[in-house]
Amino acid sequence: MSRSHSTVSFWRTMRWKDTRAALLFISPWIIGFLIFTAWPVINSAYLSLTDYDVINDPSFVGFDNYKQLFEDPKVGLALRNTALFTVMSVPLHLVVSLALALLLNGATKATGFFRTAFFLPRMTPPVAIGILLLMLFNGQNGLINSFLGVFGIDGPAWTTDPDWVKPGLVLMSLWTVGSSIVIILAALRGVPQELYDSALVDGAGWWRRTLRITVPMISPTLFFLFIVDSIAALQSFTEAYTAFFGSGNTTYSNDAALFYAIYLFQQAFEFLHMGYASALAWLLFIVIMAITGIQILVTRRYVHYEGGQQ
Amino acid sequence: MRTPLVRWSLLSVSLALALTSCAKGTGGGASATPSAGQFNSGATFQGTISVMGFGATDEIGTTRVDLAKKALGGADVKLIEGDLDIQQFLSSVAAGDPPDIIYANRDEIGTFASRGAIIPLTSCVKGEQIDTSMYGKEALSQVTFGDEVWAIPEFNQVQITMANGDLLKQAGLTIDDVNGSNWDKISAAAEKLYKAPGGKLQVIGYDSKLPEFLPLWAKANGADLLSADGKTAQFNSPQVVKALEFAVGIYDAQGGFAKVKALRDSADFFGKGNQFAKNELGAMPMEQWYVNVLNDVSPKAPLVFDTFRTPQGQPLAYSSGSSWAIPKGSKNAAAACRFAKTMTLVDTWKAAAQARLDKRKAEGKPFTGVLTGNVQADAEIEKMLTSGGPVWDAGVKAFYEANKHTFSLPANPADKEFKTAWQDAVNRVLNGQDKPQPALDKAQRDAQAALDKAWAGWTKRTN
Repeated sequence: MSRSHSTVSFWRTMRWKDTRAALLFISPWIIGFLIFTAWPVINSAYLSLTDYDVINDPSFVGFDNYKQLFEDPKVGLALRNTALFTVMSVPLHLVVSLALALLLNGATKATGFFRTAFFLPRMTPPVAIGILLLMLFNGQNGLINSFLGVFGIDGPAWTTDPDWVKPGLVLMSLWTVGSSIVIILAALRGVPQELYDSALVDGAGWWRRTLRITVPMISPTLFFLFIVDSIAALQSFTEAYTAFFGSGNTTYSNDAALFYAIYLFQQAFEFLHMGYASALAWLLFIVIMAITGIQILVTRRYVHYEGGQQ
Repeated sequence: MRTPLVRWSLLSVSLALALTSCAKGTGGGASATPSAGQFNSGATFQGTISVMGFGATDEIGTTRVDLAKKALGGADVKLIEGDLDIQQFLSSVAAGDPPDIIYANRDEIGTFASRGAIIPLTSCVKGEQIDTSMYGKEALSQVTFGDEVWAIPEFNQVQITMANGDLLKQAGLTIDDVNGSNWDKISAAAEKLYKAPGGKLQVIGYDSKLPEFLPLWAKANGADLLSADGKTAQFNSPQVVKALEFAVGIYDAQGGFAKVKALRDSADFFGKGNQFAKNELGAMPMEQWYVNVLNDVSPKAPLVFDTFRTPQGQPLAYSSGSSWAIPKGSKNAAAACRFAKTMTLVDTWKAAAQARLDKRKAEGKPFTGVLTGNVQADAEIEKMLTSGGPVWDAGVKAFYEANKHTFSLPANPADKEFKTAWQDAVNRVLNGQDKPQPALDKAQRDAQAALDKAWAGWTKRTN
């Protein structure tokens, strides 16, 4: 009994020592997280219930800011713009990434060069991409319309026509497709060759092998990209802001490019309505949570995990 | 297992809270407004004064900073270069550690003053014996809020009419057809000048420079966008609606704003391939500094200049510019006041102008002047101008003339929201999403709501 008791005590002491050591090692991260993430999040929840202009003390206004969210027509406009951009850009991003990754995976010569070439645009600063958009999609002398002109197509006014602003931004978002290609490429390398060999013996063509083997086997990766790209699209800011609200156009702007994060930024840092901006941030957080939850529920049965359902 | 984890978590949270509460500060902790006695024109200063938002990047800047530094009698000057970052500035005031002086756009002063981010300069002006009558009336009114001066103005931007003489001549037109004195003539000239073979715009006949120049078109039509007391938005008056309809109509007659903007955006605005040099633009109203740019990059371009004129034929320009303000909590407010005063004195401007003149002379280029926001300095510098030939002399003459016929909008506590409201309205019309009247009606409601709220905040703070 006594021996058993001392054994338990020994393991408890060891466990505590391990725990203490573990906590000690991760404490820099915990402290950083608490100071730079948790505290601002908690503080923004408080600020969302106040009227705060950075200079003067916040004054408590209850749920007025949240009430204003539902009365502000620009919130609805920004949400619609953001949702539409997400719906258009995420599937396109995935399809193009997958297609290019499949091409690169099948390349036999200069593979390193091609992988680098496809990844390089990802290194472009987002602000530069915003400016690039204005140049490439210029309705008169832009490269895109000049290219369309070769086929006798009179290209649209991508940067001013509200109907074409979002499609232009969606196409421009493909500029950063490089990182997704690299991730999918890594997943493609993990698909067992035996599966393709068996399918070949059964007479399956390239298209059938891709649909029946490749896509299911890399579905966890595609699912990951689907979630991450969706969250990124819902938080889109820099490119659209630069092109339509910032340095690209100091006075000209276009409602069609007013994404939610841009409106939040305007309220916080241009109009100094920090309380209202905090409420906007919380609404975005809830929207992203809800959309991500729905995505996980809906896509669960299409994702194949080799080690069983996660 | 659980107890130590909870203990550690509590410790971490406590530490985080302690650290972040140290970082949090509000304007309430800043020092009180200095009194007149603290500002003394005979005093000398030691230490270093920090200047945010100003970069002495050319001879006009460096000459003045050197003189201002000398006037401090020993104190050093540290420039925090780059445009004023409003968030950075306000955060520094909230944290009780602001720069000693800031360099801000004049239209931002009302917002800063109303929020208590800067101090009134009544004592500074009195103590340093600054003669405010030397500043341009409009420039001074832009930094006057609640009957007090909150900043020292400097520089002035005005608009004049710029046109391509060759294109005008080919179309049988003169500068009088595009200088604003007759709106029907402008419309006719735009249609005559613009070229779009095969539907592709090659020459913009006339660019009315929307959205930024709506205040100019509205004023030319007899309307101000804001009441004289800065409290009432006046966007949807018939004069403003008509001005917007006219200025947008200019674009419609040339294939629409989208085409004009696309061609405008693809031009090498600051280079040799600018629209005038490449014969891609007939005429436009534009700020005076562009005369200097054109003179530098395309001295042989066939340019013609005149003031921008009202339908009554009078010169008219919207005045804007920069200013010096002292933040609440400035640790060297007295030295900052001396710095602002010296930077804007007539003799300082003259010395800076001489430095520019010498440089231009060495480069074999004419000295085309500087608009200082100081009427006495402007008059002195005008005497120093050197000729660049009849074309450029006409341009310089036009902007000095325009400088004497300016208007501005009064300081108000919600300038950013006010501007966003009318610019959004103009943009909705330009993008084909709305008609002028309903767009301006909506802008009126938005701007008035923002003004009412901001003025209520000011009243609450001052009562």
